[in-house]
Amino acid sequence: MKRSYLFGLGIIAVAVIVIVSAIGDASSYVTFSQAEAMAAAGKNKQIHVVGELKKNERGEPVGIETSADKLSFRFIMVDEEGREQTVYYNEPIPADFKRSEQVVIIGGFHDELFLADKILMKCPSKYQEDEIKV
Amino acid sequence: MRCGWHQIKYQMINTFVGDLGHLFVVLSFAFSLIATYAYYQHTSTSNADEKRQWRIFARTTFYAHFASILGVILALFYIIYNHMFEYHYAYAHSEINLPTHFMISCFWEGQEGSFLLWMFWNAVLGIVIVNTNRFWEGPVMTVFSGVQAFLTSMILGVVFFNLKIGSSPFILLRDAMDAPIFDIDPNFVPEDGTGLNPILQNIWMVIHPPTLFLGFSATMVPFAYAISGLWFKQYKEWIRPALPWTLFAAAILGAGILMGAIWAYETLSFGGYWNWDPVENAIYVPWLVLVASYHTMIIYKNSKTALKTSFVLVIATFILILYSTFLVRSGVLGEASVHSFTDLGLSGQLLIYMFTFLIISVALLIYRWKDIPGSEKEADTYSREFWIFIGAATLCLMGFQVLIPTSIPVYNAIIEAFGGISNVAPPANQEEFYSKFQLWFAVGVALLSGTGQFFYWKKMDKEKLKKAILTPALVSLLVSSLLIVLLGVDKLPYIILLTAAVFSIVANSKILFSFGKKVTRLSGGSIAHIGLAMMMIGILISSAYTNVISENDSGLLLSREFNQRQNQENKLLWLNEPTKMDRYEMTYKGMKMDVSGVPGYVDIHILKNTDDPYYKIAGIDIIKDGKVYVKKGERVRVQPENIYYEVAYTTDKGEQFSLFPRAQVNPSMGLIVSPDTRNYLHKDVYTHLTSIPDPTEEEEWSDTETFEVGIQERFFINDYVAVVEKVERIDSFEDIELGPGDIAVRADVKVHGKLNEELLQPVFIVKDNMVGRVPVVLPGYGIKMVFAGINPEKNTFTFDVNTTQKDWIIMKAIEKPMINLLWIGIVLLMVGFVIATRRRYIEFINERDKDLQRKEKKSELA
Repeated sequence: MKRSYLFGLGIIAVAVIVIVSAIGDASSYVTFSQAEAMAAAGKNKQIHVVGELKKNERGEPVGIETSADKLSFRFIMVDEEGREQTVYYNEPIPADFKRSEQVVIIGGFHDELFLADKILMKCPSKYQEDEIKV
Repeated sequence: MRCGWHQIKYQMINTFVGDLGHLFVVLSFAFSLIATYAYYQHTSTSNADEKRQWRIFARTTFYAHFASILGVILALFYIIYNHMFEYHYAYAHSEINLPTHFMISCFWEGQEGSFLLWMFWNAVLGIVIVNTNRFWEGPVMTVFSGVQAFLTSMILGVVFFNLKIGSSPFILLRDAMDAPIFDIDPNFVPEDGTGLNPILQNIWMVIHPPTLFLGFSATMVPFAYAISGLWFKQYKEWIRPALPWTLFAAAILGAGILMGAIWAYETLSFGGYWNWDPVENAIYVPWLVLVASYHTMIIYKNSKTALKTSFVLVIATFILILYSTFLVRSGVLGEASVHSFTDLGLSGQLLIYMFTFLIISVALLIYRWKDIPGSEKEADTYSREFWIFIGAATLCLMGFQVLIPTSIPVYNAIIEAFGGISNVAPPANQEEFYSKFQLWFAVGVALLSGTGQFFYWKKMDKEKLKKAILTPALVSLLVSSLLIVLLGVDKLPYIILLTAAVFSIVANSKILFSFGKKVTRLSGGSIAHIGLAMMMIGILISSAYTNVISENDSGLLLSREFNQRQNQENKLLWLNEPTKMDRYEMTYKGMKMDVSGVPGYVDIHILKNTDDPYYKIAGIDIIKDGKVYVKKGERVRVQPENIYYEVAYTTDKGEQFSLFPRAQVNPSMGLIVSPDTRNYLHKDVYTHLTSIPDPTEEEEWSDTETFEVGIQERFFINDYVAVVEKVERIDSFEDIELGPGDIAVRADVKVHGKLNEELLQPVFIVKDNMVGRVPVVLPGYGIKMVFAGINPEKNTFTFDVNTTQKDWIIMKAIEKPMINLLWIGIVLLMVGFVIATRRRYIEFINERDKDLQRKEKKSELA
């Protein structure tokens, strides 16, 4: 076989490995119920859940509990199916957390509690500002 | 200031500048279309006379196009500079107090401005081409003008049959926003804009976007040459003029990416310089392919092979740039990225732009494929071509590995466009995911860049190679084992990468010294490779061996529900209470501000507010190093958004320094924190705030507690020891006029913090037989005190005290070892690029002139 074919095969092999691993390591967007089912089935891969903070009728977030040392906190998140779930995050409350419109948490279930490793927030930033304050 | 539109000024809206600017936009679009057509005619006609005329006409239109773009830029700058907030662009991206040098940054905060920047550079490069390369001008400028037509259409802002084409930067605020105020007063002009995003108010953000966009534009040059080569069947000739441009593009784009990384390290608080954010990846991938294409072009230049690969890679680079533009600007990334550009509804236009060039170039390439001369002979294993080719392939695979997962949101969008449901998310731990592959590709790149250089400068066979490589291999094994021990590298993959990178440095240095006198001309490649290898070591050590100083490694039990232990990486610091962490003792020393004309920072509590947030009044003399900079009562200028939180460090060796991590409280952006870093030769100590008391929340004071104490009696307030040192009668108190029957008595109460003693001086006043209660506050300590009474019979004094939470911060401190290697590597890489670009450009000029002379001779002979 010509060396260039071997070379081509080598490149294709690496490309295939890259694609397979990307598929294998990709996470997924799920609901709390799906995440719980996955955890119960023993799959402890980290997943993404999209939702909002639980809010009262005045639109203020409720159920945020900060630890005594302020270094971690819990909050109640409502996913897209409307299920409420307590989430624990081992970091101080991010600055704009209470103002966030949408929250994406990355992590997984540990028994009853959802343990978040990372929180992404979508805040009402100035870019989306569509009204003028007078 | 920002929301204070209390007085509605009677004002005429200035629509002239906007209309003029918009006219320039339309003109620049029209001229680019005409120039495309004219250059196409010039290129395709064979009649010499017509050719000449078309060229004159095409050039004139292109210059007119360039002039129109300048007009657009000037009009937009005029609007921003003169704070014409009736225009949406100025309102949304600027404000009255914005310093002039950041007004430039306003240009690229918005999408329209960054498109404008891109087309500006394209036009500049187009003019350079017109003036340096007459032979290729026709086809290359056809491509250029075509690209410009697409770009200008992005800011056209014209509606055709309900179809909006482009988004104009000149729309008025009243047309951009549906605010009720405009129903009452259509001529309403806000007094101030909403301002530039504070994280963009950084010097790197003034120069990073223009550099990046110059890089974007520069990738178009080799692309245009490649297309021209295919078009004219000049399959080989395009390489020579394109080569210096490819290097130039690689240097500028690389510099742009790295500036972004430096900006992230200085400004953003994620603890590093690279975050594998889709927007970063989207530009990293084309850069890798661009560098690969340079290497295959070099192969072609030297051995007449890899021509087809060069075509493919040069075209791929440009298409990838368009793809990255689509990713960043179409809104498809959604929540996957922190870089938020508003979706201006340009996705359709961006897709057409990308697919037009993709289809044209791929079709042309397929159509000509058989014609492109290939080489039948097998590349010899001991030929430099073989090794450089493998290197180029490694770079492409390196990019491919990043491209596949970065495009996940695109797959979701495609599946959903066809009615399917897709819930694939990017890998949960991006850093780990990308690193595990990129590390091995980097090993490959390091080994090849070390070995390849030997082949490059000499003809090789097995024996010669062994001889040439033996010494560098031994030296690098020696050096890397030393480094492994010194730096404590303890994982096999890291050891391998370190060794490979050291090998690349040693091997390339050997080559470098062998150049002798020619070193300044030929050393580009070696220096760039050394730089790259140093960057690898810097990245490896600084990220794999990051030491979180603030980590609580005792392993905190997370909760009763589960048995998992997780370490906490942040630390809570109370004001003036030293805390031990790792080899450091840290103390939070309070909030500071940057005052104009005063070096360093000034304690916020000695500055009194004025009506204008940009000015404060000094409460006491501001003295630094014995020099009085500001006298008590003088007005000083400050940047009200920037608050610096001083953290004093003492190392176990007794060294002392302070870091000033910053927090910006912006009404529309919320809280933004930026780190501060102490640089050592071998490491950085990096500190950022994770949390601070919410400055917008009112302080909650405790119920009043009354203390009745005598002189020198100790009592406790908010965990601090307080002592009444003395009590004395005073003759005057601030502006209160004391009459003959009035009394004012001042107490000196010392509060002992762990570090400092603070003096509180509450005053007991009886004026017109009324007792006045004047509270004094000890900021940061959370103490408010009123001198409430004097009890002469018991010889005691009464104080009413309220307390609130003491001032605190939560911070994270990280040591990043060997990060300087990364910065040195970057500089070397850039130096290498510059030397190599210069060399290729001189080569191009010499060969071009030789060709011209030959042609002239020929015509003379004829």
